[in-house]
Amino acid sequence: MNDVNRRILPGFGLSLGYTMLYLNFMIAVPMAAGFWKASSLSLDDFTQAAFSDRALAAYWLTLWTSFVSAIVNVVFGGLVAWVLVRYEFPFKKLFDSLVDFPFALPTAVAGLVFGSLLVEGGWYGRFLVPLGIEGAYSRLGIVIVLVFIGFPFVVRTLQPVLESLERDVEEAAACLGANRFATFMRVLLPSITPAVITGFALAFARSLGEYGSVVFISGNMPYKTEIAPVLVVNRLEEFAYAEAAAIACVLLSISFVTLLAINLLERWSARHHG
Amino acid sequence: MADTMAEIAVEAALPRPLPPRAHEDPPWVRRTLIGLAILVMAVLVVVPLVNVFVEAFAGGVELYWQNLVGDPDTLHSIYLTLAVAPTAVILNTIFGLAAAWAIARFKFPGRAALTALIDLPFTVSPVVVGLFLLLLFGLQGVFGPWLREHDIRIVFAFPGLVLATCFVTFPVIARELIPLMEAIGSDEEVAAVSLGARPWQLFHLITLPSIKWGLLYGIILCNARAMGEFGAVFVVSGHIAGKTDTMPLRIEKLFQEYNLPGSFAVASVLAMLALVTLFVKTTLEWRTRRELEERKRLSAQGGEA
Repeated sequence: MNDVNRRILPGFGLSLGYTMLYLNFMIAVPMAAGFWKASSLSLDDFTQAAFSDRALAAYWLTLWTSFVSAIVNVVFGGLVAWVLVRYEFPFKKLFDSLVDFPFALPTAVAGLVFGSLLVEGGWYGRFLVPLGIEGAYSRLGIVIVLVFIGFPFVVRTLQPVLESLERDVEEAAACLGANRFATFMRVLLPSITPAVITGFALAFARSLGEYGSVVFISGNMPYKTEIAPVLVVNRLEEFAYAEAAAIACVLLSISFVTLLAINLLERWSARHHG
Repeated sequence: MADTMAEIAVEAALPRPLPPRAHEDPPWVRRTLIGLAILVMAVLVVVPLVNVFVEAFAGGVELYWQNLVGDPDTLHSIYLTLAVAPTAVILNTIFGLAAAWAIARFKFPGRAALTALIDLPFTVSPVVVGLFLLLLFGLQGVFGPWLREHDIRIVFAFPGLVLATCFVTFPVIARELIPLMEAIGSDEEVAAVSLGARPWQLFHLITLPSIKWGLLYGIILCNARAMGEFGAVFVVSGHIAGKTDTMPLRIEKLFQEYNLPGSFAVASVLAMLALVTLFVKTTLEWRTRRELEERKRLSAQGGEA
């Protein structure tokens, strides 16, 4: 059908050409500039800038806070998606639309609010700080805002998959003597696993690049609470453009690998569960 | 014998409580899970949302208003955001329509790769984007000397803000339109062309009416993201107060100056924008779904006739 379309519908060349031009201008050209700047460093200088102790600490912090927050989101998001698909309760519609709130809210606002909630005397901080849980200006704070930022991705990936599950399968499992827990573990979980992985990967990828919210809450201390994008900005403010570009290239490579992994995962899950 | 048969028949006819459905969770599980989900949403979404407005209005309505319009730099940041975001949205709308038309209507080599490429800004750090724009158009950048010779300012000025915002938000509208146009299919468009419709007629009589709600939602969401963009804009703006500070940048600056009420006042405006976006989204989704169903029903009737 699509092959016929090209002969019948107008605008194939124009729309594709414009799309490619725009993408080139938006992606390819700036990226080339970035790599060009990074390549102005000698290999030694590049290694020193991109893999200094401070940079390595920043990558590591970025990776593990993103990982932990994505895991937390799988649990929270899975719970919320399940409740939204399976149960009825008052104000469910409102509840459902609020799930997208973190996606619509500017990240700077998120950072500002969670900062004020978690400081000593804030709405959460006044309970948590006496327990020794320091949310503001800590790694925990980074994880908390990243959970907020990534939350809609897991819910919105899982929801349609849960909706499409046939209830008959669960009835069959019950008829064959499985209790609810066994049905969940051995029948439901395997069929939602690909969606869980995709949701995890999306939340993870989103967290890797997050800047706006983290900068408010982390305190940005080198080696301790400085994530990689913050390090890029700090290098820029020292006018160390080439060093900033080197770190940015490493970050970009991580993003590419993640994006590739998401695509492969989606293809894999489409093949196995399509 | 007959007696027992009658008994059985009567027993079968009596309304009996239905056995619990096998695929339903026991009530205590259901209640616990609903409770936990509401707790998660309350802690993660509702309380922060309430907190923004409580903090913003902590000093009373008058002070709130003063914080917003009394400070010329804050006022300028509002104007700037109101100029940057719509410009970026217009550019991205044109791109979104072109990309959706190419991807949802035609088959070509590299189509999957192109679709994946559109998602790129979701994974690339906005800071990296801003930096690359700086390296391209900044004084030390590739085009820097040429731009200076011709006295064109891109970085630390309006065009740079628009470019950075465009990059970060360009997938939003395309992502909204591609699945929608694929779901609608091209039958009506093919019919219109075979009846002699010109390209412009095809677009505004057939395609646009069928995607209008999805497009509108894409535009609203893109606008919300554009107004709230922080990382990329932060890098290319140079944060010159009263000149290149957009609203999110103004929030950060007021926060750094320990002017929390002022910071929260600006934040509350953006939070309001997010709420309006969600409301429009819910309404439009409901409409799109109803129109798709209507379309299906009509085409099914057409098939029968």
